Amino acid sequence: MRVYLTAVRLSMRRYLAYRSSAVAGVFTNTVFGCIRAFVLIALWKQKPEINGWDLSDAVTYAFATQALIAPMGIFLASTDLGPRIRTGDVAVDLYRPVDFQAWWFSLDLGRALGAGVLRSLPPVLFGLLLFPVSLPLIPLRWIEFAVCCVIGYTVSFALRYAASLIAFWTMDERGVTSILVAASMFCSGMIIPLTIMPGLLGTVVTHTPWAAIVQMPISVLLGTQSGGFGYAVAFGCVWALGLLVLGRVLTEAARHKVVVQGG
Amino acid sequence: MAELSPRPVDERPLSGPVAYLLLVRMWSKSASQYRVSLMLTSLAQLLTTSLDLIAIVVIYAQVQTIAGFTLPETLYLYGTTRLAFGLSDLVASGVENLATTIRLGNFDLVLIRPVSSLAQALADQFTPKRFGKLVAPLITLGWALDTLPVQWTVLKILVCIGTVVSGFVIYCALWVLTGCISFIAVDAQEVSNSFTYGSEFATEYPLQIFGRPLGLALTFVLPVAFVTWQPSLYVLGHADPFGLPGFLRFASPFAAAVLSAVAALAWRGCVRRYRSTGS
Repeated sequence: MRVYLTAVRLSMRRYLAYRSSAVAGVFTNTVFGCIRAFVLIALWKQKPEINGWDLSDAVTYAFATQALIAPMGIFLASTDLGPRIRTGDVAVDLYRPVDFQAWWFSLDLGRALGAGVLRSLPPVLFGLLLFPVSLPLIPLRWIEFAVCCVIGYTVSFALRYAASLIAFWTMDERGVTSILVAASMFCSGMIIPLTIMPGLLGTVVTHTPWAAIVQMPISVLLGTQSGGFGYAVAFGCVWALGLLVLGRVLTEAARHKVVVQGG
Repeated sequence: MAELSPRPVDERPLSGPVAYLLLVRMWSKSASQYRVSLMLTSLAQLLTTSLDLIAIVVIYAQVQTIAGFTLPETLYLYGTTRLAFGLSDLVASGVENLATTIRLGNFDLVLIRPVSSLAQALADQFTPKRFGKLVAPLITLGWALDTLPVQWTVLKILVCIGTVVSGFVIYCALWVLTGCISFIAVDAQEVSNSFTYGSEFATEYPLQIFGRPLGLALTFVLPVAFVTWQPSLYVLGHADPFGLPGFLRFASPFAAAVLSAVAALAWRGCVRRYRSTGS
């Protein structure tokens, strides 16, 4: 267990070293938060309540999602594992006397924690200052939000880990992962909230694993999650477990058949 | 004894555009080596632009108009701005790799080649997948043009074509300017995204939604209002909600020219003051 904790710590420390690049990232996250807030404000001005959300819920959502981009790895096509498989460096990783999946989970968790520390607060603070962002003052909500974030992060990792393993078979994971990023942008609710999507589209997107990554934690925080905290936890755990198991199966399959690239 | 005269070698450096096209061909061949990946990444580009389109349609499933613009009108904005951006992305988004080139010290190599440094930076890692970004805007624009209740005149057709051309030039200038950011701060790559992808995102909606102060800033400071907003007000027959003078609706080519000149000067300045990263 200690080796994994050390991996988390060192990976986080590595991420924290790139501070100026985090400043640039925060700037861009905030700019996009503003643009998305303006779009949602224009919509809510026409229709003051949509599926139980008012203007302030929508604007809070716009900035809170920007805060989750980096830790949840919405734009990350895979984990750092993908490129290592492509280049053949993974041969070294396979020698390590650790559980392969847990090892990559630790490294990615360190990255996510570092990203959360450096990048999550500023966009929300900016929104609080200049936009009608309102965060709840109920401590229980924040605890529930934190739990949903942990589950959401696990779903995100499990999905990206499984996706990066594809490189063992296709030699280049970038094709598949770029499609996953496009899907993740939309289905996580990064472009528009899943709550305003109508009919069948709404039903589909609220049941993909990406719904657990961004939309559900924030809906729980705003107190608008249909089915409540319990449903969000159950939904996220099912996807997290399913995808983690898929990752394990793929890892074992890869161990048995792969030829490592390089030479 | 007869003197051996060496065969005359043409040592003039390649002109910028020719060098650019040669480099684009080279990078395309390189990208085509991974055929499946190329197909899938092209599909991903198509998917991304289509999903942004679906987002607009979903918004209009809730309301009839946004800031006084109907769905076909907003899709006209989306089509023109995304087409202009897609074309600029095709031609110029190679500058996104500039920060890495500079950090690794590889810009030294760029400078010793007898080819325009700008041509090399623009063509860097060109990939045909970017054509995937043009599909959704083209179809959308076609649909919007067909659906809009616009009385087409020669002038309106010219302004419509001019919108895409000027928009393309404005975005290319923005790509070059954001490339200049990499010279000043190598770590600031993500700031560039605010100006390129941020402008792309912001201009697909009526500019009015940003309110007057920001709307004016996006007209006169970072002139992305000229990508599609100003000329489209004329084509779609809308009054300017900010009350700006009417001639601005035809000022896009002028804005494009000014921004290009600024970008060219900035690029020269940056290349001139470039100091290698060292070891």
